[in-house]
Amino acid sequence: MMTSHNTRLPIARLLNEWQALGALALAVVAIASLPLMAADAATPYGATETGFILAPVIVAALACFVTSSPVTLAAILFIGAHGAAWLLLSGLAGNEGKATLAFAALIMAAWLLAWRCVTALSAIHTASKPADKLLRLLIPAIFGAWLLILWEAFTRGAGVPFILLPPPSAIAARLVTSIPVLFDDVRQTIFKAVIAGYAIGCGAGFVTAILADRVTFLRRGLLPIGNLMSALPMIGVAPIMVMWFGFDWQSKAAVVTIITFFPMLVNTVAGLAATGPMERDLMRSYASDYGQTLVKLRLPAAMPFIFNALKINSTLALIGAIVAEFFGTPIVGMGFRISTEIGRMNVDMVWAEVAVAALAGSVFYGVIALIERTTTFWHPSNRGG
Amino acid sequence: MTNSAADRIRDHIIPVATIVVAIIAIWYVGAIAMNAPFQRDLDRRGNTTSTTMEFVAKTLSQPKPILPAPHQVAQNLFDNTVMRSVTSNRSLVYHSWVTLSSTLAGFAFGTVLGILIAIGIVHVTALERSLMPWIIASQMVPVLAIAPMVIVVLSAVNITGLLPKALISTYLSFFPVAVGMVKGLRSPELIQLDLMRTYNAGTLATLLKLRLPASVPFLFASMKVAVAASLVGAIVGELPTGAVAGLGSKLLAGSYYSQTIDIWAALVAGSVLAALLVAAVGIASKLVARAMGAQTGGRAA
Repeated sequence: MMTSHNTRLPIARLLNEWQALGALALAVVAIASLPLMAADAATPYGATETGFILAPVIVAALACFVTSSPVTLAAILFIGAHGAAWLLLSGLAGNEGKATLAFAALIMAAWLLAWRCVTALSAIHTASKPADKLLRLLIPAIFGAWLLILWEAFTRGAGVPFILLPPPSAIAARLVTSIPVLFDDVRQTIFKAVIAGYAIGCGAGFVTAILADRVTFLRRGLLPIGNLMSALPMIGVAPIMVMWFGFDWQSKAAVVTIITFFPMLVNTVAGLAATGPMERDLMRSYASDYGQTLVKLRLPAAMPFIFNALKINSTLALIGAIVAEFFGTPIVGMGFRISTEIGRMNVDMVWAEVAVAALAGSVFYGVIALIERTTTFWHPSNRGG
Repeated sequence: MTNSAADRIRDHIIPVATIVVAIIAIWYVGAIAMNAPFQRDLDRRGNTTSTTMEFVAKTLSQPKPILPAPHQVAQNLFDNTVMRSVTSNRSLVYHSWVTLSSTLAGFAFGTVLGILIAIGIVHVTALERSLMPWIIASQMVPVLAIAPMVIVVLSAVNITGLLPKALISTYLSFFPVAVGMVKGLRSPELIQLDLMRTYNAGTLATLLKLRLPASVPFLFASMKVAVAASLVGAIVGELPTGAVAGLGSKLLAGSYYSQTIDIWAALVAGSVLAALLVAAVGIASKLVARAMGAQTGGRAA
C-alpha cells in the first residue's frame, strides 16, 4: 500500500491527504466566520493573535502535500497542531462560553492535523529500539492529550455547566489542592481494604484450587459452581458484608475477598491442567511425587493463568471496595468521598477522586504486569517483546 | 448411550450436587451460629428458656436475621415471584425486568460499539496504535464507582430512566467485545487473506466474507463476558436513591431497612438473571455455529 502511494493519480494523492484538506477547509470556514470570540467577550483575541493561530494550521496542512519524509512531516504537524491548540486554549481564560464557529472550526482543524500526525508517526518503521519505544509511547500520548484538549475546549468554549462536566484544568487544580484528603481516602480504601481483601481472596482461591486439583471429586463439583459464580454480580454482597463486619475497612476487605476468590480459583485450576502428558510422564520417570511435580512443573506452567487472574482481580478489587463504601463507611474513603461530594454537587472533587482511582488502578495493574514480566519471562507471550 | 448417561451422572451431577448440598449445610450451620447471639439475648430479655431444638428453630425463623436460612430466602423468593402479580412493585419479576431491560439495551449498544471499534482498529493503523492503549486504560477507570455520579448528572439534564443505566452497561460491555473482536478479525490466516486477494476482493469484501465470519466464535466468547459485566453495570446504576425500581434499588432499600431476607432474595434473583443471560448467549452461539456449518465440538480459542 505504501509503495503505490506516489504512483497514483494526482487526485487520489490529494484525497489521500483528506485530513489536510479538511483542515484547510475548516481554516477557510474559520476565516469567513471570524472573530474567534463573540462580540461581548471580556478579552477577545487581537488580529495578530488570530494570525498566529491561523498560520501554523495552514502551514502544517500545506506541508502534507509537499513533504515526503514522514519524520519531518510528523514534526511539522506536531508543532503546528499543538501550537494552535495551545494558543486557542490559553485565549479562553475569561471568555468562557463565548467561543464562536470560527473557534470550533480551528480546534477541529488542529485536531485533524494531529490525526494526520499520528498517521505519519504510525508509518515510521524504525530499527532502533529506543526510537520504537518512544513512538509506542508518543502515539497514544497524543491521542490522550487530544481527548483532554477537546474536552477542555468543548466545556469552556461552549460554556458547559460546571456541574455537568467540569473542564480537565479545573479537575487538575482541585486534585492538586486536595492532595491530603485524597491521600487519606487512598489509604483507607486501597492500603487497608483493597490490599487485605486482595491478598486473602487470591490466597484462598489459590489454596482451594490446589485442594481441588488434589481431590478430583472436589474439582468436578467445585469448578462448574466456580464458573457460575465468577459470572454473577458478586458486588451485590456488599450490603450484607457491611451489615456483618461493620462500617470500617474490614467489610470492604470482605467484599474484595469474595469478588477476587472465584476468578483466582477458576484460573488456577485451568492453569494446573495446562501441562501436557509428555511433561508429566517425564516427571513420573524421575520418580517425583505429587508435591515435586506440583512445585517444579505444574505451578510454573500455571503462572500465566495465575497472573491473568491477578490482573483481572486488580481492577475488580478496586471497584468492589469503592462500591462497597456506598453502603456505609466511616467519613473517609474513596467511595464515601464520591457519594458525598456528588451530593454537594462538587463534581470537580468527584472527578479528581476518579482520576486518582484510575491512576491507582493503573499502578496496581502495572506492578502485577511487571512482576509477571520478570517471573514468567520464558512464556511465549513475553518473549521477543 | 446409557453408559454415557451413567458417566455423566457419576462425573458431573453427583459431585456438583454434593458440593451444593455441602454449601447449603454450611449455610444452615452458619445461620444458626450467626443468629444465635441475638436470639440468646432475646430469650434472656423475654425470660424464656427453650430446648436446643426450639432454640435452633427460632434462630432459623427470625424476621431480620443476620444470615437468613436458605428456606427463608426461598420462601421470600417464592412469595415475591409466583405469589405476586408481575406488575406489583414488590414483585421481584418486575424489578428483574427493569434491570434486565437496561442490561440488554446497554449490552446491545456495547456490542455494536465494540465491533465498530474493533473494525476500525483492524483497518486503520493509526487507530490501532493510538486507541488500543486507551481502551485498556479505560477499564482502569472504576466506572462502577462513578455510576452514581453519571446517573445524578444525567438526571440533572433530564435524562432519566433506562438510558443512563444503559450507558454504564455500555461502557462495561464494549471492552471485552472490542478486545475479542480485534483478535477474531485478525484470526484469518495469511493464506486465506491471500486467497481473497487472488479473487481481487476489496477491503470491504474481505471484511464481510472472511474476517467477520471468522470472528464469530470470538464474538460469542466475549459476549458471554460482556453480558455479565453489563448486568453488574445495570445493578450498580440502580444504587443511587434516584432509582425506584430494579434489583440494585432493592439491594439498597434492603440495606437501609436491614431487610436481610430481601437482600438475599434480590441477590439470588440477580444470580439467576446472570446465569440465564450467559446461558442464552451460549445457546445463541451454538445455533449460529450450526447455521454457519461449523463442525460440532469445535471450540473458540
